[in-house]
Amino acid sequence: MKEIFEILEQNGRATPEQISTMVDKPVSEVEKIIKQAEKDGTILKYKTIVNWPKLGEEDIWALIEVRVAPQRDVGFDAIAERIYQFPEVYSAYLVSGTYDLALLVKGKNMQGISSFVTEKLAPLERVQSTVTHFLLKRYKENGETFHLPKEINKRLPITP
Amino acid sequence: MLNTKSAPTQARDNLISQKVTNLPPSGIRKFFDLLSSVEGVISLGIGEPDFVTPWHIREAGTYSLEKGYTMYTSNSGMPELRQELASYLELRYGLSYDPEYEILITVGTSEGLDLALRAIINPGDEVIIPDPCYVAYPANVILAGGVPILVPTGEENNFVVRATDIEAHITKQTKAILIGYPTNPTGAVMSKKEADAIAGLAKKNDLLVISDEIYARLVYGVEHICFPSLPGMKERTILISGFSKSHAMTGWRIGYVAADRRFIQALTKIHQYTMLCAPAMAQVAAIEALRNGESEVEKMVQEYNRRRRFMVKRLNEIGLPCFEPKGAFYAFPSIKTTGMNSEEFAEKLLLEEKVAVVPGTAFGPCGEGFVRCCYATSLPNIEEALKRMDRFIRKSRLKSE
Ligand SMILES: Cc1ncc(COP(=O)(O)O)c(C=O)c1O
Repeated sequence: MKEIFEILEQNGRATPEQISTMVDKPVSEVEKIIKQAEKDGTILKYKTIVNWPKLGEEDIWALIEVRVAPQRDVGFDAIAERIYQFPEVYSAYLVSGTYDLALLVKGKNMQGISSFVTEKLAPLERVQSTVTHFLLKRYKENGETFHLPKEINKRLPITP
Repeated sequence: MLNTKSAPTQARDNLISQKVTNLPPSGIRKFFDLLSSVEGVISLGIGEPDFVTPWHIREAGTYSLEKGYTMYTSNSGMPELRQELASYLELRYGLSYDPEYEILITVGTSEGLDLALRAIINPGDEVIIPDPCYVAYPANVILAGGVPILVPTGEENNFVVRATDIEAHITKQTKAILIGYPTNPTGAVMSKKEADAIAGLAKKNDLLVISDEIYARLVYGVEHICFPSLPGMKERTILISGFSKSHAMTGWRIGYVAADRRFIQALTKIHQYTMLCAPAMAQVAAIEALRNGESEVEKMVQEYNRRRRFMVKRLNEIGLPCFEPKGAFYAFPSIKTTGMNSEEFAEKLLLEEKVAVVPGTAFGPCGEGFVRCCYATSLPNIEEALKRMDRFIRKSRLKSE
């Protein structure tokens, strides 16, 4: 069953028929498992990885370290929730170490990100400090490599 | 016709040895030349992994160069590598080989095969080989001065050689049985029962067994039977294997032989005069492969298995009946219903639909009526290739009607 999700994670467009052959299970069973997973949140969404720079569109990204004061009873969750609801926040994590929240923030330009930090994030009551790192280049994301080396056919066309 | 012969060949016509002159050229070579003349081919003819060697192994190789591992190693191979192999064979198959005297590191499985045959064959000794088989087996036997005796196998037994058929070919000259399961080109694996029967025969007739287990890790839903692990077989089996297929390391040229001390001593004698040692960088990489490569091997096997199921199902659907291959990365469908022979089929398929498969006859006369399709290529490639093959078969049926 896990294998079905591994295949879909690699290729969201794999059809139940193709998957059924690959995992050697009836199509109806594969369809049932996928339907169920879509319903119960095992499969959250099907997305496409777009190489935006290829279209000349490049968002500005920043990694922001945030130190916050935890709250009685709810710990970091309440403040995290206040922060991650901002649409600028692409990913948010609670981390161990010298700061508490790690945010991946997306903006149209540098101006956009700095105003998010200075006007929305930093003024929040429980936010103690922030450190902003602008991303200069993306090499790999979610297991996918961005700057693919030119495909050269290294194998001989026929070998014993 | 002008005489274009150059002077030396005019002077003597025995420049090349009789043995080599008489050696038939590889059936694959001929196809290779034809293939090079066609553009846009999808090849199901490549008998090697499409994966690049896992990064941690490549990294270990690179590191070995940085650290200056650029000298000869011990003839037998680095002690750490032999130790790792001994532990590996113990863990996987319960076999205990002494890393000092019973394991030899070679330049690929290919060198191991050559050494084993040269070490045991006296002129005229016969070596029994199931047909079809890996292209190098008969040639290696001939080069070692022996006589290859092909024992037919077929569809009816899923291309596994039967002990009774072997027995029928045993003569006073028979020295060894050379087998390779899982098999290139058929993908056949041997069951415990079939292996036991051959082991019994070897003992009864005092024969050696050379077991090429290079595809041992690529099995699907079955346990690999390691031949020397059968009762009484360790002392009469020369186990040959390597890292090419399991760890996608074909270009590194690294393999090994495990056998009783008497054999390893003899093989090492030839190896030290002809090869000195296997590449140092590849040995360091192989150590890393054994220590930390398991999860990568499993990932590749899982991927091959998906492609295997896909290819076998499609072959059967398009009317090329194919038994279920449970090992290696080959399917061996029958093309008999098309009315063509293997070479004709492969050639026409290449020229008309630009898909390369290898005619079964490249692997021996019993390969007639079959072609080898390798699924060590991406799923989209396999999908497209089968679409083209489907079209090719429909067209040829229409034409013949
Ligand atoms: C059955 C068999 N034995 C041996 C070899 C050669 O392996 P190596 O790369 O270890 O020399 C191959 C390669 O295709 C093979 O298929």
